[in-house]
Amino acid sequence: MVKVFIYPATSLILSDMVSRFGHTPLSSAIAVRERIQTAGLESPPLQITPEEPKKGLRWAAVEVPAGVRGRMSLYGPQIEACEAAIIINDADLSFGCMGCARTNELIKFLLRQKDIPKLDLYYPKNEEEGVQFVAAIKRFLDALGGKK
Amino acid sequence: MTEYTPVLAGTVTKYVVVESFDITPADLGIRAYEISKDAMVKETCFGLVINGKQEEVDRIIAELRKIDPDHIFVKDRGFPPGDPRRCRANLGGARPGYHGMENEMTVIPYVSHGLEAIKTRDLSTIPLPQNPLEHKELDFSRLKKLIDAQES
Repeated sequence: MVKVFIYPATSLILSDMVSRFGHTPLSSAIAVRERIQTAGLESPPLQITPEEPKKGLRWAAVEVPAGVRGRMSLYGPQIEACEAAIIINDADLSFGCMGCARTNELIKFLLRQKDIPKLDLYYPKNEEEGVQFVAAIKRFLDALGGKK
Repeated sequence: MTEYTPVLAGTVTKYVVVESFDITPADLGIRAYEISKDAMVKETCFGLVINGKQEEVDRIIAELRKIDPDHIFVKDRGFPPGDPRRCRANLGGARPGYHGMENEMTVIPYVSHGLEAIKTRDLSTIPLPQNPLEHKELDFSRLKKLIDAQES
């Protein structure tokens, strides 16, 4: 079972495809769950504490806004742990303020820097593209080996 | 600052999203209630939210998938069902993560079709999708059309 980072990290389709074809998706829900289930000081809604931007310094410089560094404390460990990545390049749903937008750019940059198998795709826009989309993901995940 | 004590620690929560002509979230909900042991099942407009121990949630989902494997989609959720920090009953309006899911629901019928098709078609005969990283050069005829459109 290979750990596959998915981008957008909240994607229902990618999360389902990766687990359906026998691997482990690394998504934002898992990072949020870790914080939600850890006792400490109350910091609603996501239990992101002032410690997170400090942890984010591992992936982003100190002059980078705290919003980006805080988000990177969620995604950074997953990017380091992942052994493969699937990236959708026209994900309109992952738009956002400067924090989200810059974090997304940094995530994609870090993934491109990493020497792991990567699959770049667009969302399908018709049925034939849907077949190509699913087939490409299945071929990619099958080639990773180590299925559950 | 107040102390934070997590509820339902050590459990996982998963969404089961159904996009099918044959089954409804209510059908899935009834089946989930039938087979679940020590798991919390919540029916929603798009499917179910299931919370429990990892093995139990995985077992329920594996059973539910059998009903309509190509039209049932699953993803993880960080918060447990009905958490006041995320539940729309407390916040008003849609739950923050719902918009992303709603956006992907427009694409899911194509993915379902793809899942059905790869069962009958040989994977090696299906062409590769367009590569987003491929540098596309501007076609000469397209460039001429652009120039003509500017000049006229």
